[in-house]
Amino acid sequence: MIRGKVIKYGDNVDTDVIIPARYLNTFDPKELAAHCMEDLDSTFVDRVRSGDIMVAGNNFGCGSSREHAPIAIKASGISCIIACSFARIFYRNAINIGLPIIESPEAATDIQEGHEVEVDIVEGSIKNHTTGKIYKGTPFPEFMQEIMKADGLINYVKERMTKE
Amino acid sequence: MGMTMTQKILAHHAGLDHVKPGDLIKAKLDLVLGNDVTTPVAMEQFHKIGVQEVFDREKIAIVPDHFTPNKDIKSAQQCKSVREFAKKYKIKNYFEIGQMGIEHALIPEKGLVVPGDVVIGADSHTCTYGALGAFSTGVGSTDMAAGMATGEAWFKVPEAIKFELTGKLKPWVSGKDVILHIIGKIGVDGALYKSMEFTGDGLGNLSMDDRFTMANMAIEAGAKNGIFEVDEKTIEYVKEHSQREYTIYKADDDAQYCKVYKIDLGLIKPTVAFPHLPENTRTIDEVGDIPIDQVVIGSCTNGRIEDLRAAAKILEGRKVHPFVRTIIFPATQKIYLQAMEEGLLKIFIEAGAVVSTPTCGPCLGGHMGILAEGERAVATTNRNFVGRMGHPKSEVYLASPAVAAASAVTGKISSPEEVVK
Repeated sequence: MIRGKVIKYGDNVDTDVIIPARYLNTFDPKELAAHCMEDLDSTFVDRVRSGDIMVAGNNFGCGSSREHAPIAIKASGISCIIACSFARIFYRNAINIGLPIIESPEAATDIQEGHEVEVDIVEGSIKNHTTGKIYKGTPFPEFMQEIMKADGLINYVKERMTKE
Repeated sequence: MGMTMTQKILAHHAGLDHVKPGDLIKAKLDLVLGNDVTTPVAMEQFHKIGVQEVFDREKIAIVPDHFTPNKDIKSAQQCKSVREFAKKYKIKNYFEIGQMGIEHALIPEKGLVVPGDVVIGADSHTCTYGALGAFSTGVGSTDMAAGMATGEAWFKVPEAIKFELTGKLKPWVSGKDVILHIIGKIGVDGALYKSMEFTGDGLGNLSMDDRFTMANMAIEAGAKNGIFEVDEKTIEYVKEHSQREYTIYKADDDAQYCKVYKIDLGLIKPTVAFPHLPENTRTIDEVGDIPIDQVVIGSCTNGRIEDLRAAAKILEGRKVHPFVRTIIFPATQKIYLQAMEEGLLKIFIEAGAVVSTPTCGPCLGGHMGILAEGERAVATTNRNFVGRMGHPKSEVYLASPAVAAASAVTGKISSPEEVVK
């Protein structure tokens, strides 16, 4: 179970603002996290606390395929992202590196900055402890849950290749 | 129920007779691609899997094009590690500086993609090869790593939007204007998770370069892939560039589409996308007075020979505005050479533009043309997000090579017709 305080953004948060290309000459998670969200919200790095939950609107993570984006978010301490929708490459990347994400337009619209929220990724459910409201997100298909359980695609592939 | 082009290609590569939207499948890969920014992460993930070799050294391509020629020490380290990886695993299609080009212009030119292929690339603009009737899509580094190890990737079979093209483009209008028009119409998430399938009588009036530009920007509408029906022009291009056998997949007559758009190419006007989203489009007559500081002509979207020819037509015998830095990037060494032989480079240099080695550099704010606070650029690139070409308070206006060249001359966003009378 994931529980944390919400940091909220709008629609079309692109991977260039999540981690600007000028920092892509490294893939060290800590270095990337130090510049996470910099061009959109220069206060993010100072105010994010381990376990916080990011909530956003439509098409979160659009643009570049840089895996540095979910890596930076994960390394900054964000435990889960709830959005109305995700751009597809970001969606894959988040699952592949074991960063929990959940699609729920209703929750992503209702939940506000600073709310205390709990997420059950397996059930796809979201509880807003500040308002008491419960939302049903889209649960992951079984195949993707297996990847999440293995803590990402690499372990999943490794397990399967070892078995074969 | 019939299948779309994309669904047929995916079904075939998954060893299935039939797939439908939403099915999760595992498909065999014909090519796995990476660059100098995404491959270092993929290499680390690849090593974690613990395999001794890549699935097929001929089906992997690595192109150091983003921060090359190396822009700083950290980039040089990344490129060095990629080069060593390519040597160690005997990657056949590693293209060193001098051989390389911007990946999405280079890969088709080298004949590495043919109709019917399934391609993944750790670069979002991998969707470019849909112009050849292949299924081609951008992924992250971890997918690239798993692809290099297993030769497979998982996909959710997408629904499709059909674009039926009719008519013929007017002078000074290009594939760039068509795709900007479409993104303006459907929005940056208008094709989210979906295929954009291009077909219709008008297709034959679009050059291969126009098609590459359009497929390239499918990702800017959120699409999983963009794909063009194969015609004589495609076959001619493929035969000229590749020895490989290819398979043509046509959509079934009863294929299902979630939406169908009819687009008359003859009605498209030169189009510009305003900051900070590619969907903020205006036709050239609605632009108004926008003074600019820089023009960038090139990138995986518009650095091909026809793009350079269009720019040269406008710049020939003219000078760029004294306060507009005009930077032109032929996308590959071959295109560079061709531009030289055709006299285009001379035209650019005499006009006061600079011509650069192939690199992704300025498009993503890497190097070779970064914007300062408050500066504006007209670029033939693909994204105008906040901070994309430099300072978070700079602005990028996306346009065709013709509009970019005309703007370079006047110092403000301008129609080609304003300059060439």
